[in-house]
Amino acid sequence: MEGTLFNIFAGLAVLSALLVVANPFSRNPVTSALFLVTTMISISGLFVLLNAYFLAAVQILVYAGAVMVLFLFVIMLLDLREGARRKLNLVSLAMGLMAVGALFLVYKSSIDTTYGEVAQRHEGAADTGQAEAAQAKVVGSTRALGQALFSVEKGFILPFEIVSILLLVAMVGVILLSRKEPR
Amino acid sequence: MLVSITGLFAEPWVLTLLKVVCLFAVVMPMVAYAVVAERRISAWIQDRVGPNRVGIPFTNIKLFGLGQPLADGLKALVKEDLTPAHVRRVFYWLAPAVAMVPSFVVLAVVPFGSMLGSQRMVIANLDVGILFTFGIVSLGVYGVVLAGYASNSKYPFLGGIRSTAQMISYEIAMGLAVVPVFMLVGDLNLGSVIDYQRGGAWLLFKQPLAFAIFLIAIFAETNRLPFDLPESETELVAGYNTEYSSMRFALFFMGEYAAMIAGSALMVVLFCGGWMLPLGDYFNTPAQSLGQGLVHIAVFIAKTAMFLGLMIWVRWMLPRFRYDQLMNIGWKRFLPLSLANIILTAIVLWVMHS
Repeated sequence: MEGTLFNIFAGLAVLSALLVVANPFSRNPVTSALFLVTTMISISGLFVLLNAYFLAAVQILVYAGAVMVLFLFVIMLLDLREGARRKLNLVSLAMGLMAVGALFLVYKSSIDTTYGEVAQRHEGAADTGQAEAAQAKVVGSTRALGQALFSVEKGFILPFEIVSILLLVAMVGVILLSRKEPR
Repeated sequence: MLVSITGLFAEPWVLTLLKVVCLFAVVMPMVAYAVVAERRISAWIQDRVGPNRVGIPFTNIKLFGLGQPLADGLKALVKEDLTPAHVRRVFYWLAPAVAMVPSFVVLAVVPFGSMLGSQRMVIANLDVGILFTFGIVSLGVYGVVLAGYASNSKYPFLGGIRSTAQMISYEIAMGLAVVPVFMLVGDLNLGSVIDYQRGGAWLLFKQPLAFAIFLIAIFAETNRLPFDLPESETELVAGYNTEYSSMRFALFFMGEYAAMIAGSALMVVLFCGGWMLPLGDYFNTPAQSLGQGLVHIAVFIAKTAMFLGLMIWVRWMLPRFRYDQLMNIGWKRFLPLSLANIILTAIVLWVMHS
């Protein structure tokens, strides 16, 4: 059951992500934005399968519900015409490939470490199956997430606050840039 | 045969499917009769008669016009399904469906009763219930925006743009307004919120400010007067649904009423004790018998209907806000007020616990 659902959500996510950037039927920016919404919703389905209900709900709330609506708002306000086919720029192609490669390395290393930890835990615990299931439930719960984010011992409070300050700086910057000059 | 049927009912997915079907069977008539109630109450407020003729078809029994939804539905179904030549076709077809779906999905996490037999009366008992609700509610804006974009003409477009700005603004106020509720309850599950209010300890009395902001934000989210700027007839013809007719228009219409029902149900769960009444144990403990379970569901539906009545009443009593006033209230009044409410609740909780 879970395997089937994973295939469905993962397939949907990849397919609609492809349709965002390379839709053979339409080059309308609104179509792209809507396929990005379905990508976001599929990804939140994947989060549910990982027992991360909080992340799944926030994914829909923030990305599908707020960010993408603002995207649509901007697209509609600017009244973008269908995008013309751009010529490939060699420099930007190289930069893009580098960024993708770096991202891939980050993912690979994080997956490797996670699997290493899981394997160690399997060796350590006698009744691994139940312990794993219980662990997964706890990891995904809202309370555990909050405690991990805000506790000093686990050490996530500092990165959390730094990210908050980054967001604040971005917000102040936007207000400064969009403010009309006093005459 | 009997054994296999009872065995089938032990399967979780069969029971869930049954609950979904029952929910539709209750909510769709509620939508239909909310429309009749709207027309009758508006007539009453404006000293008119209102639709009182349609009763049982092919007879002379009038039943105070309770047959009106049948006539309306039939009319919408058999009317010509017109697609104007200038619309963006795919989006035009998609928009009414998108407008209809979120309201029903929200109802999936609402506990509409205590127990019926051994079943909890909620379709999905999620631990992040309220976050899920807000996530789905925020998807509701797509129906209006797509309709505005797809129609490819001026008034629907303006309606779509307005609704985007309005719904995003009030979503923030709505989300922040209920944070104190969950600080008190200590859980995001909607069932726990109801348990917390057992015996008349309704959050309506503990968090009156949160309730007021949430109520007004629901008005704005469902595009009802005094916040119906996306469709304001006197300036935008009919706003985002100007280019729609027949069943597609009816879908928008039903979507609005379904959203009202979902919003009312949320208000009942969050602030008015859900299926509980402060009238002794019978109304406050999970049901032991089928009859008690049905009574609890009836209590919930009655409370929801009262909020629906309130929304209809307000629509015909108040004039529309101006657009800048709407934005001012959302960002400069409700946002700081709900933030202050969160901090105040946190301080009170901190003092009580230390």
